[in-house]
Amino acid sequence: MARLIVDCVTKTFGALHALDQVSLDVGDGEFMAILGPSGCGKTTLLRQIAGFDKLDGGRIVIGETVVSTVTQHVPPERRRIGIVFQSYALWPHMTVAENVAYGLTVAGVRDPERTRRVDAALTLVELEGYAERRPSMLSGGQRQRVALARCLVTEPSLVLLDEPLANLDVHLRASMEEEFARFHARTGTTMVYITHDQAEAMALADRIAVMDRGRLLQVATPSQLYREPADASVAAFIGEGIVVPAEVIDVDSRGRCRVDLFGLSVRMRCPLAQTPTRAARVCLRAANLAIVGAGVPGIGARVVRSVYQGGHFRVEAQLDHADGVLVHLAAAEPCRLAPGDAIRIGIDDGWVLPETGEIVDSTAPESADSRRFDGGTVATGADG
Amino acid sequence: MADTAGLRERAEETALLWVLVAIVAILSLVPLARLLFEGVAPGGRFSTAALSNVLSSATTWTAAQHSLVTACGGTALAVLIGATVAVLVALTDIRGRNAFVFCFVLPLMIAPQVVALAWLQLFGPSSTLLKMIGLAPAMGSRNPLYSAHGIILLLGVQYAPLVFLTLRAGLRTLPQELLEAGLAAGAKPPTILRTIVLPLMTPPLVAGIALCFVSCLGNFGIPAFLGIPGNYLVLPTLIYQRLAGLGPSVLSEVAVLSCLIGFIAVLGIFLQDLMLRRRDFRITTTSNAMRPFELARWRPAVEIALWILTIVVLVLPLVALLLSSLVPAAGVPLTAKSATWSNYDYVLFDHAAAKRALVNSFSLSATAAIVIVLVAVPLAYFLVWRRSRLLRVLNLAAEMPYALPGVVLAIAAILVFLKPLPVLGLTLYNTVWIILFGYLARFLVLGLRPVIGGYYQLDRTLEEAAQIAGARLLRRLATIILPLVAPMATAGALLVFLTAFNELTVSALLWSSGAETLGVVVFSFQQGGDSTYAAALAMLTVAVTIALMLSTLLTGKPARGVLPWRD
Repeated sequence: MARLIVDCVTKTFGALHALDQVSLDVGDGEFMAILGPSGCGKTTLLRQIAGFDKLDGGRIVIGETVVSTVTQHVPPERRRIGIVFQSYALWPHMTVAENVAYGLTVAGVRDPERTRRVDAALTLVELEGYAERRPSMLSGGQRQRVALARCLVTEPSLVLLDEPLANLDVHLRASMEEEFARFHARTGTTMVYITHDQAEAMALADRIAVMDRGRLLQVATPSQLYREPADASVAAFIGEGIVVPAEVIDVDSRGRCRVDLFGLSVRMRCPLAQTPTRAARVCLRAANLAIVGAGVPGIGARVVRSVYQGGHFRVEAQLDHADGVLVHLAAAEPCRLAPGDAIRIGIDDGWVLPETGEIVDSTAPESADSRRFDGGTVATGADG
Repeated sequence: MADTAGLRERAEETALLWVLVAIVAILSLVPLARLLFEGVAPGGRFSTAALSNVLSSATTWTAAQHSLVTACGGTALAVLIGATVAVLVALTDIRGRNAFVFCFVLPLMIAPQVVALAWLQLFGPSSTLLKMIGLAPAMGSRNPLYSAHGIILLLGVQYAPLVFLTLRAGLRTLPQELLEAGLAAGAKPPTILRTIVLPLMTPPLVAGIALCFVSCLGNFGIPAFLGIPGNYLVLPTLIYQRLAGLGPSVLSEVAVLSCLIGFIAVLGIFLQDLMLRRRDFRITTTSNAMRPFELARWRPAVEIALWILTIVVLVLPLVALLLSSLVPAAGVPLTAKSATWSNYDYVLFDHAAAKRALVNSFSLSATAAIVIVLVAVPLAYFLVWRRSRLLRVLNLAAEMPYALPGVVLAIAAILVFLKPLPVLGLTLYNTVWIILFGYLARFLVLGLRPVIGGYYQLDRTLEEAAQIAGARLLRRLATIILPLVAPMATAGALLVFLTAFNELTVSALLWSSGAETLGVVVFSFQQGGDSTYAAALAMLTVAVTIALMLSTLLTGKPARGVLPWRD
């Protein structure tokens, strides 16, 4: 177990800033997800932490050891970390047991200690009896487990997981997600989990770091990420938030305020430091929007598209007031809205985006136990 | 602690890289630099005497002209045959493709001098085959192959598979949609072939032409067997005659000749580059390989034509060679009574040089194959996964001894090893070791290319996983990478072995008494008039070659496109 500190890390490929001043502090025993669209730099970050590439600026510390600076580079084989690769990277010429035992053999662990530990690792991933099989004879989920066993048998201080579920089908994903969570609880290893799937990240992680175009946008618990996004990009990326301009009229001291939204007065949440302003932007969630009848306060809009999604319709509408602002909301069955229909939309909550757009990292690493509760409740609430 | 371990790891990698750099430099850069140096400063002193001597001699320019004529003629014929066959095999639905490809590529794997010998046995007054069917020309008449036309014909036959192979590799990358788009636009298959396929196949075709030209230019076996008797000399045979006749005293002179032929070869490669630079041939889509065109009612006719081609260029010469190896003496008609195994007896058990040559060729080729694979696996690791400018130069250096004609390397090796090695005091000249050096230098790239291909197919994370598990470079190479590239490495080793086993160009200049190779002994039998012994020994090498090629068809399947004779 070890703390991981990524400090102002920069990596450029020619003119491209693959990583731009990225800083991240992962606590001892924490499960950190790094979330972002493909090409956002999350895999580059993982390769820096693992030591496959040399960085162009900043510093990486694992435990007590500085492993990467511009001048100093501990090679991957000396970092004592584990990786689960997206492709699993099981060696096809070795049996399951040989795959798992490799790290021990390299470290000079001899039988019977080695066999004992390999057996224990295979038992942990429920693959007893598969020791003599070749990876090619296993299913996708079983290969994933072998990769996990291989990575954990040497008891690394830090485990990196590179989109480990991307190659599995949907129902297998759910059970592997459970497995990862169980693992983390049992071993208490620090884990860094790379993914582009927000549901996965929300279900598993203590905290999520959102990346885009080589920059870290926000590091927060899943619930905070959903409820209090740091800027418009995070708001739009996580849970398909709708970002619209608004005017903050008055603010109380407990993070509540009154906002004028295209003439509609709405009470919503805001940062504690929020002050009244004419040029604010707010993040609305589809769940906070509803179609209301005449006479009820609301904003006029015109339906652009209505798509049936099983049990409800997803209605996309253009607000009458601001050109081009598209919102979407769920409308219960039956719903006979057609493109061009006029509707009124009521809003019951929202979040005023912080003006600076700075990374909100109010949740410094704490002990793992106090966080599990927080992460657990969030996972059920935030289904994106 | 982690820091010192990191240093050790880096030191290990750096040491390995520099060992590889040193090996490639010694095999390629040192001899070639030494050759260039000899050209301008014979014997170590700057002088243009040798240069002007050679360049003012009419013999030089006659040989150069002959070289150009035969190389261009041979290339033209090879392109005609190779390209036609490639289009038919890759784009149409002919049957028996595997068997045909095996037979068609076979001449490339058989030694040029054996091909020459076989064809000589097919025509000419003493042809056993022609005698049997009563068509042999009168005794004393000239074999029609002893001419420029004969050389061109045989070069064309020998290297048509080279054009075929490069073009087929290109055709395999041609996406189906490009042709379907043509069909959808209303074009018929011949129009598509002319307007879509051939233009897009310009790069492989030009590459094949360049490769074929350089191979024809550097070929020694065919002009040696067909040209020397009629005193039709090309540059490689001129160099051979000078050196064989006058010994190392003419080294400066032949060094200049080698530079000249090397220069022509480089010119050919440069022309190829120039032709491809002006246009954009990139294929943007990648999809399924194409479905063959249906030949419909033409299919049997095309198939028959292809197999007739096989019979003419492969079966007939080999049958002629076989028959000649069974008669007691050249010119004696073959009958049930006169047929004898005595030629085989003689070369296998009686003739000391032939026996030695069998052992030498086997052990030299096997050693070269093993050493080259052991160098190629770590070398390819750096070339594929650690790109840098140094490594690009290294790659080029590894290619050069094979890209340049074989005589160039042979003369360069003599120059380097004629005197005892400094410090060690060992003399490699006139030993079997200088031949091994020649094989290692010349065939390194043959073993290297398949291994590089193997690395490209390998998922890099397999190595990274081992790295994360704590394994250092040498351990990763031995326990993870070597087992995974083993099929490709085996294919590479086999290519090296077969090529070295059938080789004559390098050993013709480097052999010495006691260090003969099979090619050298076949050549000297033929030159001494013992064509029946030559035929017997040549048949043995053909048998070994075909047996090894067939064995690859039975064992596990290496990736497509590595072994040329497998479709």
